[in-house]
Parts: sequence; C-alpha cells; structure tokens
Amino acid sequence: MKDMTQDTDVLLSVRGLSKFYGARIGCTEVSFDLFPGEVMGIVGESGSGKSTLLNCMAGHLAPDCGEVLFAGRDGDLQDTLKMSEPERRMLGRTDWAFVHQHARDGLRMNVSAGGNVGERLMAVGARHYGAIREGAVDWLGRVEIAEDRIDDRPTAFSGGMQQRLQIARNLITGPRLVFMDEPTGGLDVSVQARLLDLLRGLVREMGLSAVIVTHDLAVVRLLADRLMVMKDGLVVESGLTDQVLDDPQHGYTQLLVSSVLQV
Amino acid sequence: MTDYNFAYLDEQTKRMIRRAILKGLAVPGYQVPFASREMPMPYGWGTGGVQLSAAVMTPDDTFKVIDQGSDDTTNAVSIRRFFERTAGVAVTEETQEATVIQTRHRIPETPLEAGQILVYQVPIPEPLRFLEPSEVETRKMHSLEEYGLMHVKLYEDISQHGAIATAYAYPVMVRDRYVMDPSPIPKFDNPKLHSPAIQLFGAGREQRIYAVPPFTKVVSLDFEDYPFEASKAEGACALCGADNSYLDEVIMDDAGHRMFVCSDSDFCTTRRARGHVGTEGVPS
Amino acid sequence: MIELRDVSKQFVLHNQGSAVIPVLQGAALQVSHGECVALTGNSGAGKSTLMRMVYGNYLADAGAIVVDGVDLVTAAPRDILALRRQSLGYVSQFLRVVPRVPTLEVVAEPLLMLRVERAAAMARAEQLLGLLNIPERLWSLSPTTFSGGEQQRVNIARGFAYSYPALLLDEPTASLDPVNRAVVLSLIEEAKARGAAILGIFHDAEARARVCDRSIDVSDFTPKAA
Repeated sequence: MKDMTQDTDVLLSVRGLSKFYGARIGCTEVSFDLFPGEVMGIVGESGSGKSTLLNCMAGHLAPDCGEVLFAGRDGDLQDTLKMSEPERRMLGRTDWAFVHQHARDGLRMNVSAGGNVGERLMAVGARHYGAIREGAVDWLGRVEIAEDRIDDRPTAFSGGMQQRLQIARNLITGPRLVFMDEPTGGLDVSVQARLLDLLRGLVREMGLSAVIVTHDLAVVRLLADRLMVMKDGLVVESGLTDQVLDDPQHGYTQLLVSSVLQV
Repeated sequence: MTDYNFAYLDEQTKRMIRRAILKGLAVPGYQVPFASREMPMPYGWGTGGVQLSAAVMTPDDTFKVIDQGSDDTTNAVSIRRFFERTAGVAVTEETQEATVIQTRHRIPETPLEAGQILVYQVPIPEPLRFLEPSEVETRKMHSLEEYGLMHVKLYEDISQHGAIATAYAYPVMVRDRYVMDPSPIPKFDNPKLHSPAIQLFGAGREQRIYAVPPFTKVVSLDFEDYPFEASKAEGACALCGADNSYLDEVIMDDAGHRMFVCSDSDFCTTRRARGHVGTEGVPS
Repeated sequence: MIELRDVSKQFVLHNQGSAVIPVLQGAALQVSHGECVALTGNSGAGKSTLMRMVYGNYLADAGAIVVDGVDLVTAAPRDILALRRQSLGYVSQFLRVVPRVPTLEVVAEPLLMLRVERAAAMARAEQLLGLLNIPERLWSLSPTTFSGGEQQRVNIARGFAYSYPALLLDEPTASLDPVNRAVVLSLIEEAKARGAAILGIFHDAEARARVCDRSIDVSDFTPKAA
C-alpha cells in the first residue's frame, strides 16, 4: 500500500505513567503512543483515573513514575516531566493547549472575549494591537461567535459560547497537541452537537492531535480515532474507536457500551 | 532630640530594610519582601515610604515630602514633622535642596540629580495583581518573564476606550527584565523614571521594596500601533503660566468655575518667584 | 486484494455469565481485482460479522485478514485508519453522521480526507447525489432528518465518492426503488470495471446474480458444535 507510513514519527509517547494518592491508585502503568493528526479518547466512569492521567500528561499533576515524551519541532523526543518549569510553561502556551471542562477554569472571566483570545498571542510576543485584534476576530468567527461580541466579557456568554471561546483561545497559536477534559460536559445536547461538529472540523482542518477525556461514548465515537478504556486506574482495553465500541472485549467495556441508552 | 532612636526605627530594623534596598538595587524592578514594621500611622498613609526614608536618612540629609506634588497637604506636613522630631534633620520644600524626597503620586518637575534619593509610597506593588489574583502565580510570572497578561490589560484599554486609558500607575519594563508598577504616578511622569537619582519604592502593608538605580533603562509598555504617550491636561498653569508641567484641576466656586494649576507646588512657587505669571496669577 | 486465512471469531459476554458464542472458524476467502464476491448464508450465519472483521470493526481471534497488504488482525489502529482512507471502502446499512453537516459535505468527506481539491470533491459529490436522485434542495441540509431510503442513498454516494481499490457492501440495494437500485448496480459494475475488489452481502438475489462473480456460503465457517 502506498504512503501508509508517511507520518511514522511519534508526537507524544507516554510510558509507564503512574500516580498514587497515598495508598489509593490514581492511574497505573499507562503507556501509549500518539501520532500527528491522531485523536485519542479516554473513557471510563468517574474515579477511573482518566482525569488524573490527563492532568499528569499535561503537567498539571506530578506523576510518581513514568515518562511523557513529546516531539519538539526539531523532532526530538523530550521528557516533559524532566523539563524545567519555564520550558514546560512555554510548551503550554505554544505547542500544547488544554481545554477545561468548565470554561471558567480556562478563561479570564473579567477580560473581554477578544482579550481572552489574544492573550496567547501576546504571551508569545505579539505587540501589534491591530494584528492581535484581527487574529481574535478571525478565531471568534471560526468558533461561530459573532464579531460584535468581541468586546463583551465571557460572563455575558452562554455555556456553549464560553466553551467555544475557550477553544478559540487555545487554538489561536496553532498548537500541535490539545488536551481536552470533558469538553462537552455540562452542556445541553443541542449545544454539544454544535461543539462536537466544530471540534471535528478544527481537528481535521488543522491536523490537530488531541487527547480527549470524557465519559460520553458519543463524543469519542465522533471525535476519536482511538480509544482507551479505563477502570480503577488501569487501562483495561484500547484500540480503534469503532472496534472498541462495537466489539468490546473486556467485561467492563461491554458493560459501559451496553449501558448507553438508545435513542 | 527625643527619646526615639534616630529616625524612629531601631538600628536592626534599618539594617534589615537596607539589605532589602541593596537587593532591590541589585535586581532593578524586582519586588523584595521585607518585614514591614508597625508605624505610628495607618496603612495607606505612607508606612512603606516612611520606613525607607528612615533607613536611608543620615543626620546631614535635607528632607522633603510631597503628596500629589504638594508640600503642604496634611500627609506631607505630618511626615515632614515626623522626621523633624524623630531625626532632627533639616527639611525643605525646594526640590533642588533636598537629598531625600519622599513622594506620593508624583515625581517633581525639577529634574533630579545624582546624589538625591526619591522614595515612593506604594499602595499595591504588584502590576499584575488586577488580572491575576494569586500571588503564587504572579511571582511565577515574574520569575519566568511571562508578561503577556500585562499587554492583555492594555489591549482591554484600547478595545474599550479606543486608546490606552491607563493614566496612572502605568506599567513599565525595567532594564528589559522586570515589569514594575511605578506607583500611582501619572503616566506624564513615566519618562522621568529614567533618572540620575536613586529611586526606592516601599509598600508597607504589602511588605515589598523595589528600586530603580540611577540611569536604569525604564520603558513604558505599549503596542507598536498604540505607542506610549506621556499625556497631561491641555493648557497652562493659571498661576505661573507653565505649559509643560502636570496640572491639577481646581474647582473655584459653587458656580463650577475651575482652573488648572501646577500639581508640583514647589515648581509653581519657584516660577512665580522668578516673575512668571499665569492668567489668574498675581505677580509676586 | 482481499484475503482471509483461517479466521475465527467468538463473542464472550462477560456480563451474561461469560457466555461464549462461537461465530466463525477457519474462514478463508480471496477476492481479486475486478471481482465481486457475495457472502451468503442464513441470517445469523455471520455474514455481517465477517464483513465487519474485514473492515477492522470487529476483532478476529485468530488467522489473517489481509487487505491491500495490511493484515487487519495485527495492524495498529492508525494503519487501519490509513487503509480505510486510502484503500478500503464500506457501505453499511446505516448512515452515521455528525448532526449539522450538510449532505454534500458528508458525501465529499472521503475525498476531502484524502486532500482532494475541494471543488473537485464537491463536483463528484453533486454528480453522485444527482445520479441517486437526491433532490438538489436537500444537498445543503443534514441527512439526519432524511427518510430511510434517502439516507441509504446518501450512504451509497459517500461510499462511491472515492474509487476505493477494495469495497465492502452491506445490502446496498435494500430499501431502494427499482430506479435507484439500477443506479447502484451500475455503480458496482463501474467499480468492478476499474478493478475494485468487492465483497458484499446481497439479499436481493437478482442483484446478486447480476453483479457477483461467485458466492461464498458463510455457514461453511460456522463452528461445529463440540
């Protein structure tokens, strides 16, 4: 087959990642590779360790052991856990992005929509107001927020708009890897659908790689190429998303899949 | 003299403050924590400035205090008398005569010279505070030079007012490294932060000291397309006619008549003594 | 192009007393370029299961399933995805789409994913939708609200938008009127003519007779009760 191996360079490689809260297990021995353009979903019920895993990968929590290797723009894999804090924070506003479940955790609620979206640009040195504003307008459009809302604060936005604003704020600097923690959680179903469609389009268009944590199987079905199922801190099953959902092998995954109400 | 130690503070405290000052001078713009003492005046009345003045003062110094540019407001008079009584130093209202000048909200119009020390009273030393409430986070931002947020504030100004509306406490970058709040001086005074004098900043309640050594590069933050402007009210002083000094607007009567006068009382007095007269002024 | 060797599959239902349901054993078949092969057998014999395994949607327990040089039993997820993008098409019985995406986009998507120029992809989508008699006024709407027959035709259009070298068809003519059925059959013939290897399930015996070169009875792979 032709050009099947074109993107063989790993973007993110997680190896043996474990985190304990005292005697309690957060997550144990998680290993996987993520390739450029791939979207991986992590599903499991509350307390399964999926959020712990995400926060360990994103550098918000310090794991007890393991490695989180990320390919820099030079292509070399570097352990982000061993990076100095300035390096890691720089990564956090350039190549990485993090979309929080609650938009207010990822937004500055007392700063206008335009300021929120422009912040990452200013953080990496943009000093031309006109250009920053132009970038903000462009991104608000891409997440379907009307240009005339640019000077409104997020407090005046609906939950769905806040979440879209958070996404614009994260993606404006063209990150290569996005971590998402329940991006559609707490939103109305109709709002969720719009957000999912938007995310899917952006992922395709920008060739984004993403790790999405959710308990909503419909979300991963639509967005994720691959799936990891977690239970009690362990990855019990992983594979191609539709394969894991349609032909689950592990008892827990079978339970999870069969528990979804049919509409 | 009185029963107080020279300049009120005990010598150990002065040493502690001087160490903080030296550190501040060594790392221009960096906020040095210090163990602020209780002073015989409430917070917000210049406790930080008073402690700095006490720590740098020698019996040979000539002391001047200004509040919003004026030597004769309650606050200025009280602090001047405080050091007259506790240190017995000479006091003056003339900028050129003074060796230590404590100030609130202004830099004197008369250019400062080498050998002078300007002590600022600072209410809130952290320029990032209004956007980032966490001290842990702001300290980290300073240490990692993450100052994008400062521009977010200026961005908000332009998007809301069409121009950078911040008129006082305008943030500056000190020697290409630390973003600093120059205390609530009008941005008209910002260019004077590049000075032959030593500038010390003291925040008593917040327990921070920072400094700008002589001739240190101090740049006011701005955007390429919205450059910094040291603005002031249009017009000239009604008393001395100066059109290049920072002006206060004074309401004259119940009918709403108003006039502009120099905020720097010493500057205005000196000019009038030299024969300059404004529209409302009386030749002296 | 498509080759199965000694493939077996069983379902283990962990939450129902670990019931083991053997479905296939020793399944083997080959489909060459330009050939259309029908899977036959009674309902429940495992036709759909086998088809899904060839697509990588179901896991095989043993054996090899090789499509265009990739063994789906051992391939990494991203290799299976690449195979699906570039070589292996699948027309299922049901359309699964994201709400809000217009029909035209749904049909053009396989081409867009391969970075085909947008105008060309759209033109191809329009051509197929026209061929399958989907009224033009529906093209800009999401197919989620369409009738079953319309959805099925959108699904077929999507499956034929790109000229996959290997194609899986699950009841492509079910619930179609005679006119559209004829269109689909000619699409299959065209695909054969350009050399596609096709594996399909056709309950419609007439259609099967028209397009299929041979049949494989899946009941031959049904595990013998021990």
